[in-house]
Amino acid sequence: MNEYDAVDPSRRDALALGRDLLLAGAAARWAGPTSAHAATTRDPQAPVLAKLTLRVNGEARPLVLDTRTTLLDALREHLHLTGTKKGCDHGQCGACTVIVGGRRINACLSLAVMHDGDDITTIEGLGTPGHLHPMQAAFVRHDAYQCGYCTTGQICSSVAMLEELRRGIPSHAGGDVAAAPTATPDELRERMSGNICRCGAYSNIIDAIAEVAGTRP
Amino acid sequence: MRAFTYERATSTAQAAERAASVSGAKFIAGGTNLLDLMKIEIETPTHLIDVNGLDLARIEPTPDGGLRIGALVRNTDLAADARVRRDYPVLARALLADASPQLRNRATTAGNLLQRTRCPYFYDSDQPCNKRVPGSGCAALAGYRRMHAIVGTSDACIAAHPSDMAVALRVLDATVETIRADGSTRSFPLADLHRLPGSTPHLETTLDAGELVTAVVLPPPAGGVHVYRKVRDRASYAFALVSVALVRQADGSGRVALGGVAPKPWRSEEAEHALASDPTAVVDALLEGARTSPDNAFKVALARRALDAAIADARSVR
Repeated sequence: MNEYDAVDPSRRDALALGRDLLLAGAAARWAGPTSAHAATTRDPQAPVLAKLTLRVNGEARPLVLDTRTTLLDALREHLHLTGTKKGCDHGQCGACTVIVGGRRINACLSLAVMHDGDDITTIEGLGTPGHLHPMQAAFVRHDAYQCGYCTTGQICSSVAMLEELRRGIPSHAGGDVAAAPTATPDELRERMSGNICRCGAYSNIIDAIAEVAGTRP
Repeated sequence: MRAFTYERATSTAQAAERAASVSGAKFIAGGTNLLDLMKIEIETPTHLIDVNGLDLARIEPTPDGGLRIGALVRNTDLAADARVRRDYPVLARALLADASPQLRNRATTAGNLLQRTRCPYFYDSDQPCNKRVPGSGCAALAGYRRMHAIVGTSDACIAAHPSDMAVALRVLDATVETIRADGSTRSFPLADLHRLPGSTPHLETTLDAGELVTAVVLPPPAGGVHVYRKVRDRASYAFALVSVALVRQADGSGRVALGGVAPKPWRSEEAEHALASDPTAVVDALLEGARTSPDNAFKVALARRALDAAIADARSVR
């Protein structure tokens, strides 16, 4: 047995199943209309379960989750969509960036239960190995990563960022806040400031994004 | 994170009533600050009232020519609003200097006002903190104080308020609208929302138990040139060392508020009368009696220069 056994997918499933069975036991409470009553009469430390459905990459995914489960943990640990990465888990690094209702957010700073019925796009929904999203292809072409850990967050963020630019959302980099923004390198850098790359692949990342934005040949 | 029950609010009145009557209840909107603090168990609500479904996400004109901003308007949407960009650009600029795009897509107007300090000793539960554990002491007083407040502080707390948006709203004379647990509503100046720490730094606002912020209202546009000048350790995505919100009229008069120096947006209507004749005197009056440490004594000179720079920016706009 070595360290790598712990990340074997089948073992991950077994662990998740065991935890779900544990949570569904007698100690758990249910969230919902009667939950406040439960809050005052039951053990306040007992886990609380909630039923919800996430629409992930176009597919309805019903779940029963501890209310404490972040959107990030729901995606990774319960739906096994491990393309979305956990970096800092405090909204500082952007590795967990996903697109919810067309907007990029930090999946680590949102509760899954707050996203019942929401449309969520993860890196797995942007493209496939045989049919890459243009941003994924540009990242490959420009070698826009080294270790790759921040890459899926960078790609989800940049795809949504270009949509924000197209919608005319201003940024701190703009001279006149009332004017329509353009995809200058300064704008792209400012707009990607929520995604940290500790390898420092920033210049290639900006090149890749600029190519997709059409501002770089 | 501690376990909590969860419900979705069905109306503002119901939300306020529930927040006051359910022990350990808190509102959650964007959650970007609350959830972060729940993970490290500095916030430990036992019940969350999700207000995201309430009809508070609109920006509407008021009868007198101002703008009512719903409490749930996301920071991105407020900064992108054409009326805000045209008539209140200091607000758009402050919002865009705040946080990251991902956070602004979630963070709400009311949540931004009610966010907690980023004092590192508040975040470190191994350290005494009167804000986190009343009466336990203040580790920051003997600690590293680069980011801390220099005015409006007390012997119990020197934490700074982290919001940029609030500084702009203060200079715009914004008012706050709320609903209370008994269903009554009220409206009061933003200047009266945040308390100074005194001997009770754990009490950060003047809101009653369960009171829900429903909107922030801007008076009719003040005109002038708007500048938000933020000085920080990185070019982006960092809290202010010092920030200046300036609304400057053609004759050089105007309004100014400072961020990064106090437990709340820092403005003096009396001091700013000198803006046209002696801007440095305005900063000196605002920072009179500043209590600094060697780590943050630079903030006094930095505030003077930041205001000078903001005025130069305003002059360069024709």
